[in-house]
Amino acid sequence: MTGGRTRARYQLAIEALVSTTPRGRNGGFGLMPEHQRICDLCVEVKSLAEIAALMRMPLGVARVMVGDMAEAGLIAVHQSNTTEGKPDLALLERVLIGLRNL
Amino acid sequence: MDFATSSPPERTAGPTTSVKIVVAGGFGVGKTTFVGAVSEINPLTTEAVMTAASDGIDDLSKVPDKTTTTVAMDFGRVSLDRELILYLFGTPGQNRFWFMWDDLTRGAIGAVVLVDTRRLADCFSAIDYFEDAGLPYIVALNCFDGTLSHAVDDVREALSIPSDVPIVTCDARSRESTKLTLIRLVEHAMSRFAAMR
Ligand SMILES: Nc1nc2c(ncn2[C@@H]2O[C@H](COP(=O)(O)OP(=O)(O)O)[C@@H](O)[C@H]2O)c(=O)[nH]1
Ligand SMILES: [Mg+2]
Repeated sequence: MTGGRTRARYQLAIEALVSTTPRGRNGGFGLMPEHQRICDLCVEVKSLAEIAALMRMPLGVARVMVGDMAEAGLIAVHQSNTTEGKPDLALLERVLIGLRNL
Repeated sequence: MDFATSSPPERTAGPTTSVKIVVAGGFGVGKTTFVGAVSEINPLTTEAVMTAASDGIDDLSKVPDKTTTTVAMDFGRVSLDRELILYLFGTPGQNRFWFMWDDLTRGAIGAVVLVDTRRLADCFSAIDYFEDAGLPYIVALNCFDGTLSHAVDDVREALSIPSDVPIVTCDARSRESTKLTLIRLVEHAMSRFAAMR
């Protein structure tokens, strides 16, 4: 593993959302069993933390695997709108409205 | 690195934005109860393994005779609108595993520090951490059996909580109460955000 790839993965947030791409859905033949299970799981969007918990893998292992699968185009990773690594005001307002409507 | 571009947005149904809030406090203070009260899923547990090769290497020196350590944390999920999910993460019981706290707090809206007023000192390290990290936090006094053994003002003084940090009371078992606590935190994070402009 190169240092650059390790750093990039370290940035993948535990709450980052992961969804299976059309390619991941049709991957079928030839996928590693664990990649196949993650593709099945993320047909409905899951966070990195949920993937780790549901796959019973340590967070670090799931983080590397999700990075590999994203590079292979099997899944898409959605990182959030942030300003210098923090949620921006518009996002906070949406959270507030969402909580009040619960 | 932008993974999201690997799939056209119109092909991705469902939520695409997530945020997180950290729930901290001493062992047995009600963190898992709090997360479970408002979560739409039964709280899940995820584990992080710290080895000599991990980014937590500095902390490892403080764990005698161990080359790997597993840290577990509970979390729950709340869908806020069709595209937005809030995750709530309970901090690991052992406060010394700071490497995990960095991962937990990076990009977080803020933290709720749960306090059992019978054991005030248990939350010192969490409050120190959030003060140092500059992360917005509020203090929530968990009312075991509906009573507090200290008044809010006494707690503020005993814990040296700055006057601009809200202190609320809550019942970690109640969905309505945990919801109100989260709302108070987000309001506080917004006012902090506005103050920094
Ligand atoms: N009476 C009462 N019990 C509580 C309350 N919150 C948590 N508990 C109980 O306290 C114990 C510890 O709670 P838990 O959520 O596991 O604490 P954690 O270690 O911080 O995750 C559990 O048995 C809970 O049922 C509360 O508000 N009132
Ligand atoms: Mg717990």
